[in-house]
Amino acid sequence: MKILVALKQVPDTETKIKVAAGGTSLDPADVKWITSPYDEYALEEGLRLKEAKAAEVTTVSVGEEKAKDVLRNSLALGADNAVLLKSTETGDPLAVAKILAAYAEGKGFDLVLFGNKGFGSDNGAVGAMVAELLGLSQANLVTKLEVGEGTFRAEREGDGGTEVVEGSLPAVITAQRGLNEPRYASLKGIMAAKKKTIEEVDGATVSAAMIVSALTLPPARPEGRKLDGDAATQAQTLLGLLRDEAKVL
Amino acid sequence: MILVFCELKDGKIRKASLEALSEARRLSGDAPVAALFVGTSCVGSNDAATFGADAIINVEGPALGAYSSDLFAAVIADAVKAKGATALLGAATPLGKDVLPRVAAKLDAGYAAEVTSLALVGSKLQAIRPVYAGKAFATVDFSSSIQVASTRPNVFSATECPKAGAVETLPVPAVDFKAIVKEILAKGGGKQDLTEADVIVAGGRGLKEGANFKLLEDLADAIGGVVGASRAAVDAGWGIPHSMQVGQTGKVVSPTLYIACGISGAIQHVAGMSGSKVIVAINKDPEAPIFKLANYGIVGDLFEVLPELTKAAKALSLAK
Ligand SMILES: Cc1cc2nc3c(=O)[nH]c(=O)nc-3n(C[C@H](O)[C@H](O)[C@H](O)COP(=O)(O)OP(=O)(O)OC[C@H]3O[C@@H](n4cnc5c(N)ncnc54)[C@H](O)[C@@H]3O)c2cc1C
Repeated sequence: MKILVALKQVPDTETKIKVAAGGTSLDPADVKWITSPYDEYALEEGLRLKEAKAAEVTTVSVGEEKAKDVLRNSLALGADNAVLLKSTETGDPLAVAKILAAYAEGKGFDLVLFGNKGFGSDNGAVGAMVAELLGLSQANLVTKLEVGEGTFRAEREGDGGTEVVEGSLPAVITAQRGLNEPRYASLKGIMAAKKKTIEEVDGATVSAAMIVSALTLPPARPEGRKLDGDAATQAQTLLGLLRDEAKVL
Repeated sequence: MILVFCELKDGKIRKASLEALSEARRLSGDAPVAALFVGTSCVGSNDAATFGADAIINVEGPALGAYSSDLFAAVIADAVKAKGATALLGAATPLGKDVLPRVAAKLDAGYAAEVTSLALVGSKLQAIRPVYAGKAFATVDFSSSIQVASTRPNVFSATECPKAGAVETLPVPAVDFKAIVKEILAKGGGKQDLTEADVIVAGGRGLKEGANFKLLEDLADAIGGVVGASRAAVDAGWGIPHSMQVGQTGKVVSPTLYIACGISGAIQHVAGMSGSKVIVAINKDPEAPIFKLANYGIVGDLFEVLPELTKAAKALSLAK
């Protein structure tokens, strides 16, 4: 069984967002880069399948040189191979999906795992787009995955509750929190990863379907008002304000 | 023309879908807008006329009873092509977010998720959407000839604007689909989804134990809201499902009113609720970061304040 896990390098979720000169992108100064949190669940699931079913796990990232950190980390955690598809960030999920699909096409992956969205861009689109481009089945926001002979059964967060999706392999699965508890890299793993090579390939040339033409910070919320008095008075005042001033009740 | 993928729930058009439809109407001026419905039965789709649909397209059949992403994507993409639509909108519901990116890839179209503002520049959509968990907003310009966007629930208003709503049907394409929803393990007793709620009363670690969520439910019932939670409350093993979690790794909500009780206001929680129109914080720590965000703050013990609020709200009969 062959598994591909797509990883994205993103700013740490605590990052204070500053806009770079030019006004269209994040100022990378002082940004700490991490593996997108949901991708960690995807990788962990791949590694568990590797252990349970002797699967081969390849990790892949579309990005620049620095994205190798994410790939190196995946090797430390237990991935067999890591591939960097060199490309510059466009902010277009379809472009990223095309680069990934072009790479995965014909390589015989049974499962392609993603986080359900990349922190930062928050599109939640690349997994489903790759599924479409490669003609695969998909299950998104998966919290439980069982892989059988040529089939899968996944529990996902749907509308009315947990949905059970069944489908055929190969499939695209996007991971949600709850799928598993990601492991930490061992010192031995980290040392071993230093010796492994990360394959570098130029990402397919694709034209962007969209661009981010401006990045702005939200307006600061006006200073709020603290309400005085004992609990009963505060409660009365609050309801009055919500009804008559804010007009939301 | 703009085509809007709409969802029905219990024979009625979902509010989030009406919002997307209204926005399409507003953007289109005199140009036509079509509403698309997909399911075993599309009874209820006629109401789309009231909210600005010139045409209502029903794709009905037993094959559409259970959701399959590949089949639904094919149905929607076929409708876009059949109508020659250049833009496709849908609400960013769980289903919308599942299917629309797949449709976009099928149509070689750009896709903007969870947009909070839309415009037409020339003949193309321009979208504004929150990024970095709401800490910034990106303006997105499309270059693809078809543009796809999902609209964040509770942001656009659903406004009546009656149009002809001529009903037509399209056939279900013969797709050998590869995955399907087999069953729904229901939970949570059919309460309104957090992302579509107007009023949310949310609780955090300050609630101390799961049973105390009753205090939030009582208030929610009294003011017509639903209950949400912080991750600390969900993770505490109080029996609060992840579906109630608000935040970066939970739901992103934009209700009219968000009441945060015993929630400190960690950045990852704020990411899920900073788009709320009015925020109230109840916290005993005057330095809690949530107060920086709150329009109204009550520094106090939630175990005293919540029952008083419920009592006062009941006296005013505020539940809608
Ligand atoms: C990658 C990542 C993702 C995350 N995603 C999310 C997410 O999606 N959603 C989320 O919520 N968190 C998320 N978190 C966790 C987040 O960082 C916080 O830990 C969490 O939000 C804290 O929850 P809380 O405010 O309920 O608890 P605390 O921070 O412990 O705050 C409890 C508050 O209750 C107050 N309090 C206590 N007793 C009373 C009382 N009697 N009356 C009034 N007030 C009282 C206290 O003063 C305090 O402010 C994430 C963290 C990480 C690292």
